[in-house]
Amino acid sequence: MKEIKIFARAGQGAITTAAILGEALFHENKFSYAFPHFGAARMGAPMNAFLRFDQKPIRLRSQIYNPDYIIIIDPTLIESEKCFDNLKNQGKAVVALRENTKIPSRDDITISSLPAEQIALDIIGKPFANTILLGAFAKATGEVKLDSITKAVGERFKNKPEILEKNIEAVKKGYSSV
Amino acid sequence: MRRFIEGSHAMAEATKLCRPEVIAAYPITPQTHIVEHLSQFIADGNLNAKSINVESEHSAASCVLGSQAAGSRSFTCTSSQGLILMSEVLFCIAGMRLPVMLICANRAVSAPINIWNDQQDSIAIRDAGLIQIYAENIQEAVDLIIAGHKIGENPKVMLPVMVCVDGFILTHGMEVVDIPSQDKVDNFLPPYNPPYKLDINNPMSFGLLGDPSVYTETRYAIQKTLEDVLQIIPKVGGEFNDIFGRSSVGLIEEYKTSDAETILVAMGSVCGTIKDIVDIQRNKGKKIGLLKIIAYRPFPQAEVKKALSQAKNVGIVDKNISLGSNGALYSEIKSILPEKIKVNGFVAGLGGRDIKPSTVEKIIESTEKEENPCKFVDLNEELLWKEFKTV
Repeated sequence: MKEIKIFARAGQGAITTAAILGEALFHENKFSYAFPHFGAARMGAPMNAFLRFDQKPIRLRSQIYNPDYIIIIDPTLIESEKCFDNLKNQGKAVVALRENTKIPSRDDITISSLPAEQIALDIIGKPFANTILLGAFAKATGEVKLDSITKAVGERFKNKPEILEKNIEAVKKGYSSV
Repeated sequence: MRRFIEGSHAMAEATKLCRPEVIAAYPITPQTHIVEHLSQFIADGNLNAKSINVESEHSAASCVLGSQAAGSRSFTCTSSQGLILMSEVLFCIAGMRLPVMLICANRAVSAPINIWNDQQDSIAIRDAGLIQIYAENIQEAVDLIIAGHKIGENPKVMLPVMVCVDGFILTHGMEVVDIPSQDKVDNFLPPYNPPYKLDINNPMSFGLLGDPSVYTETRYAIQKTLEDVLQIIPKVGGEFNDIFGRSSVGLIEEYKTSDAETILVAMGSVCGTIKDIVDIQRNKGKKIGLLKIIAYRPFPQAEVKKALSQAKNVGIVDKNISLGSNGALYSEIKSILPEKIKVNGFVAGLGGRDIKPSTVEKIIESTEKEENPCKFVDLNEELLWKEFKTV
């Protein structure tokens, strides 16, 4: 079983990120349990989404405290949310970079960072980093195939053709950027 | 068809498959997504039901009381304060012998305001005469909704059914779920054909004055019916398994209990976490198991007693507390077990406090070493008044 913790602010698509990833893993016959941790969250409040996955159904229902992987959608949370503190030894982090983003140094983990918001602005026209980070996650971890992510994104946005193609392109760009 | 799907969406799909004719509900977190999906189905023309906008849960329950009495399969769902507000009407629905389907997205009860999960809300109305069944995961929620209709609508039963699902954990969690086909559900669940209803050609009244000469007999009738439900649930579970190939519908589930010296007892989603810990401790040679309670009302006394009869230590996990007494499940079970079995009661997971693997490990350790009727787990001593500190 592997565990992922996603750091974002409410409204940045953390739950969508977990949902697309769970769907992609489902296409590879894996079982996931994706879930949000809700505070009484307003738009902009720090929040987390989680995903556990395995070859067999997930039974464990607690939150995730020592993730194998972290995805940081909003890098302004790195310090305040102590995003890197509980990442497992040999864990991997996928981080959306902004100017001035400081990433704590840890020798025992692998960090893949990319200016995901800028890429999103260029491709989608809005600063939604999540589909780019999903592509980057697929490449950085090897846990899920690029095709599975694009298929899941396709299903997610099937009723929104105007943003579907751009998000597929965003996933591919994220994949090739790390 | 197997899908990766959000719990609320899956429960709305299951409800739709049961072809409800009337839906009345008032939105409350964490139940909201269930009603949103059902409303969308109706708006899109995918569900032929009447959706009634109401101004409160009391009205929602009153609407489904009326529509079910008129002979229509009726559905509502709620949580927490909403359920408490419904409670007056729920006693009436049960007393009028109307098999309304209700999903309770379990959530803590105010004050203080808390939107997160525990099971205090459904436990608070356990005496209303509803059938209460608890789901461990989203698949079981789907299965219990479909089977619940058949249990409640059995002409010998005619009682409301409440499917209890842990708020957020199951309503907002997403996992792989088999959503059955309409054909299979139609094959399993016949149209609602009540033995009595409001009918101008055969006028009758529901819920009239029952004076001392008859009231006791109405209570006795519900009590005897609920005793019969203990036979009907496994029977429906068998029929469900024949059609859908899953043995999820029953009174209890025994997980590695047959040779267990220590058995934990719980209801709902925490059972999944406990199963993982049971496996880890079994690998270390510990004889440990889980008894999962699916049916809380009616309570399967004989089955529970039998499942625990060989245990030395029993640890009961309650996500509720009957303040001034003990956890509800503890009281229920302690009263039917022989003295030789050591029984511990634990209160955990209140108001969304996470039940971690380490929480379950602590519960197991205490179960083996101590004997407490009501031990609060993972208390934050720093928040306690000095006279209440336990260490």
